[in-house]
Amino acid sequence: MPDKVRVRATINGEPADFLCEPRQSLLEVLRDELKLTGTKEGCNNGNCGACNVIFNGLLVNSCIVLAVEVDGSTVGTIEGVMKPEGLHPLQIAFLENAALQCGICTPGFILSAKSLLDHKPRATEAEIRHWCAGNLCRCTGYDKIVRAVLDAETRLEAK
Amino acid sequence: MSTTETNPQYKVIGKRPVRHDGVDKVTGRAVYGADVQLPGMLYGKVLRSPHAHARIKSIRTDKALALEGVKAIVTAADLPDSAGRSANLGELGEVPLQHISHNILASGKALYQGHAIAAVAATTSHLAEEALDLIEVEYEVLPPVLEVLQAMQENATLLHDDLFTMELGEKSKRPSNVASHQTFQRGDVKAAFATADHVLEREYRSATVHQGYIEPHAATAVWSTDGHVTLWCTTQGAFSMRTCVHQVLGIAVSKLKVIPTEIGGGFGGKIPAYGEPVAALLARKSRRPVKLVMDRTEVFLATGPTSGSYVKLKMGVKSDGHIVAAEAMLAYEGGAFPGAIVGAGGLCLLAPYKIDNFVIDMYDVVVNKPKTAAYRAPGAPNSEHATEAMIDEFCDLLKMDPLEFRLKNAAKEGDVQANDVRYPRIGCIETLEAARASKHYRSKLTGANRGRGVAAGYWMNAGLTSSVVARLNADGTVTLGEGSTDIGGTRTSVAMQLAESLGIRAEDVIPSVVDTDSVGYTEVTGGSRVTYATGYAAYEAGQALRKQLLEQAGKLWKVEPERVLFEDGVFRDREDATRKISLPELAENLAHRGVDIGSRVTMTPQKAGGAFGVHIADVEVDAETGKVTILRYTAVQDVGKAIHPSYVEGQMQGGVVQGIGWALNEEYVYNSDGRMLNASFLDYRMPTSLDLPMIETIIVEVPNPGHPYGVRGVGEVPIVPPLATIANAIAHATGVRLYELPMSPPRVVKAMQARAAG
Amino acid sequence: MRAFDYAAPKSLKEAIAMLSQKGDRARVLSGGTDLIVQVREKRRDLDLMVDVKKIPELLEIRYDATTGLTLGASVACNRIYEHPVISRTYPGLVDAAFLIGGTQIQNRASLGGNLCNASPAADSIPALIAHRAVCVIAGPKGERELPVEQFCVAPGRNALQPGQLLVSFRIPAPPARFGANYLRFIPRNEMDIAVVGCGASLSLESDLKTVASARVSLGAVAPTPLLVAEAATVLSGRAFSPEAVGKAAEAAQAAARPISDMRGTVDYRRHLVGVLTRRALLKSFERAQEAANAR
Repeated sequence: MPDKVRVRATINGEPADFLCEPRQSLLEVLRDELKLTGTKEGCNNGNCGACNVIFNGLLVNSCIVLAVEVDGSTVGTIEGVMKPEGLHPLQIAFLENAALQCGICTPGFILSAKSLLDHKPRATEAEIRHWCAGNLCRCTGYDKIVRAVLDAETRLEAK
Repeated sequence: MSTTETNPQYKVIGKRPVRHDGVDKVTGRAVYGADVQLPGMLYGKVLRSPHAHARIKSIRTDKALALEGVKAIVTAADLPDSAGRSANLGELGEVPLQHISHNILASGKALYQGHAIAAVAATTSHLAEEALDLIEVEYEVLPPVLEVLQAMQENATLLHDDLFTMELGEKSKRPSNVASHQTFQRGDVKAAFATADHVLEREYRSATVHQGYIEPHAATAVWSTDGHVTLWCTTQGAFSMRTCVHQVLGIAVSKLKVIPTEIGGGFGGKIPAYGEPVAALLARKSRRPVKLVMDRTEVFLATGPTSGSYVKLKMGVKSDGHIVAAEAMLAYEGGAFPGAIVGAGGLCLLAPYKIDNFVIDMYDVVVNKPKTAAYRAPGAPNSEHATEAMIDEFCDLLKMDPLEFRLKNAAKEGDVQANDVRYPRIGCIETLEAARASKHYRSKLTGANRGRGVAAGYWMNAGLTSSVVARLNADGTVTLGEGSTDIGGTRTSVAMQLAESLGIRAEDVIPSVVDTDSVGYTEVTGGSRVTYATGYAAYEAGQALRKQLLEQAGKLWKVEPERVLFEDGVFRDREDATRKISLPELAENLAHRGVDIGSRVTMTPQKAGGAFGVHIADVEVDAETGKVTILRYTAVQDVGKAIHPSYVEGQMQGGVVQGIGWALNEEYVYNSDGRMLNASFLDYRMPTSLDLPMIETIIVEVPNPGHPYGVRGVGEVPIVPPLATIANAIAHATGVRLYELPMSPPRVVKAMQARAAG
Repeated sequence: MRAFDYAAPKSLKEAIAMLSQKGDRARVLSGGTDLIVQVREKRRDLDLMVDVKKIPELLEIRYDATTGLTLGASVACNRIYEHPVISRTYPGLVDAAFLIGGTQIQNRASLGGNLCNASPAADSIPALIAHRAVCVIAGPKGERELPVEQFCVAPGRNALQPGQLLVSFRIPAPPARFGANYLRFIPRNEMDIAVVGCGASLSLESDLKTVASARVSLGAVAPTPLLVAEAATVLSGRAFSPEAVGKAAEAAQAAARPISDMRGTVDYRRHLVGVLTRRALLKSFERAQEAANAR
């Protein structure tokens, strides 16, 4: 068995300290070692966005990031989106707008949209569609997801 | 907006409450199949055939077993012998057990690239993968059969030497790749065609396409020493999975408990068993829990895409637009084993129209591709694409409005379907009229290379058996166990029906999808049946609870139950205004006294009610590259009664987009060896958010008399019209008709260049 | 995946030593969007991944109006199109960086990685060629430079010798009245590999009509990305006109050597070369005029 590497990172604001093999992806380690199963595997090759996390402030596909790469870094997953005070306005918007059917793509979309709105609070429909082109959904046809993101913009502005 | 919203007659139905499982799903807390984690769990991986057609000469696993961390390896030898036995698969009927078992683990022959040959359980998924490389399989490669017409030929290579053609109840003398030939017919087509003013004959082709759910299949199995097996899996039907797995494994049904996890999409593709029996076998052999999760490549290669198909259609019409005759030949690929859902294709082919003379020949044909499974209205998109595209050609010829043509021929209540069953109350005409009245249809489309297309579609919808179990809690809420797995939000629309029926709020129902030990038999989540049948069961449960509560309130006041009124959460004595008790108060009282208020319902409602959709699309075609952009899309559909309009709209939009992908870019690409070249989301091109506009929806409600609230299934109809809607729009934008799907950019350019060349 | 070791050197010297020691059993890890997938799918076998994202030279962005742009090989696409100077000055690079993959991919993928992966269909390479980019390579024997158009030698193979790595790009400051564009044809609107890609650039004389210099580069129509010298010849010194553009497109079609694969046939690709070359040149011309008028 290959040697394991020690990785120390900050995940959802909490210190994480774990061992992993270099060949283990960040996705795999989040789910299997750290038991953070909210991040999903859809394709394992960077084409569907179900595995999205925020790595040092940037939206990435965790299936094509090695876990060893996050040593000394910060990672944000779906589990960290909700705050102690309650659901994030994006999460509320997704629920109110019925922007999920099976829900498997939802964590990825929420992170993707959050990353967009943190960057550009008043994104247009076209900008949302472009930003989220790497997040596949097979259930909704994207209509209600885009509406939910637009709705979230209004909610965030009101805060 | 649904009419129920603008004309409220219900307190709960027609509203848009937040779904009960929503918070778990937006926070990542919901447990999907691959999220299951058990102590001591091993990881399973499957070795798959690289060949599309090959005899398996030998399998040697000793080197793989010797790898540290490997705890068990299984092959078809670990399954009980299935020869000559039947499997009873509920709504899918009876099939040879061999066709199921041999698909799960190949025996004797590999029949498609990706066919499971052996499986390994090891302490990490990487080690399991390494072990696969150490399994030695000797193959004798055979020529593959990859296309339906090729497979039907006299001298075609045969996949099975024990497969005969079933025709009119008789088996053919010689084995064949054609598993069955069925026919629907009526009247005298020959004579009728002779009376037609215009006759068209065309061939339509569709490639193999996949349901494309984002979550790969996952199964976790525990096989305890007393022989009890527990299976967590991403199934659309816990009971049908239990039925299938107990037969495949040869264990008693009572020894198997299936726990359906949350499921990341199915569309029919998560009905069959794949990894479930394999995980169970590995769990038995290794004596540890085993989790077996597919990766995306395996999903493409080795689950159940829908049939590639060939449809030859001939229709005759009068100059006034009346359809007088139709003749069709449908040849659908079943994949490696029989089971193409060609019968449904034949039944739906002409469903929106009253045609008195027709012959429809349907063939189920095996080819060296994965065994097909249902994909949202299975069989219907392939066949109705042909009808709807041909009607559009007639409309061009006759210079008739495409909706007027369809209205002229539209089926209505009392008309007889292809299978000689009369239509009950249906909404074909209403849906066509709503499309005609829509803003989209009345708007003008201007600009070069732009065109508008319309098409209709029908799906029959299923009833079948559903169960719920409901219990009143001490605080007046109701816990509702549902037998139907929830792929799209149905646990809420079912809960809403109980709430409406009982007279409480949707938020006061606590629904969950439960396992096979906890509720009565429930058929798969498929056939667009859950909101109808499981909803009906929930309605009955609500009625039963209501009855019990009225009795108990009556007992409390020592009056007849008829004197008790339950409204807005409060019980009152009709004859004594001072007497009232709220539901929470009554519930607490009953709980204290040990009085249980509950209901168990299992029912098989018979009148599901088919439904129609009519779609309108405006497209723009880049004449130089052949790329098609959807400018505007409207889906009109009769849903009977929209229980939760948001989820009804969502079903419509999702089906539309799958249809758009199918129409424009999705296909399995094979090389001549029968290997799939595009088994990844990179080259199996499903629409992204950037490829689409908003999808407008118009809900029509022609209540289904077979359901207390008028529900008709909604999930499957919307995938039927898009194929022809887009084809017709492209034809109007470019002047060119395409008969083969997908209508990808190179095909559009080629057709336009051919037309220009004259 | 097969097991491998991982190292994250902090200096060029360290990285070169590791790569020299392991030879072709080691590979540079930049954004990982190609490499990790290849290793997982068993299309590449290695013992060591050398993560170069901690080496300052590979991450730097330096611009000087006379010497031009120094762009670290591992700079992720998002830093490229968000950079105010790059987005103003090197529009072709911005086009390419914005098209590769999708947001998640762009936050990791780098032009250096894209170039070293040497896919015939790589999106950034025709854009780099259109901007006359030069590769700065470091190795055990020192530094050397190589024009981008000479860097790919075969599908999946580049000109790096054992122990060498791509450090940065040196991209000259564009002349006055300059415009560039990278275009690709894909069946969807994102997330596809280019069926055909075209990077074009041109600069105009002060009359804003005569072409002073031009470059046309093609992707996905030959074993390596192509620089179509003939297209430049046809355009330079002449007025920019539909005829001239048409001739350049024909030259591009003649230079293309496409194959038929699941993403496109020979005929369709050759047809698209003509279409995209015309469109990319038109866009470059538009941008050159805009650049001139903006000053």
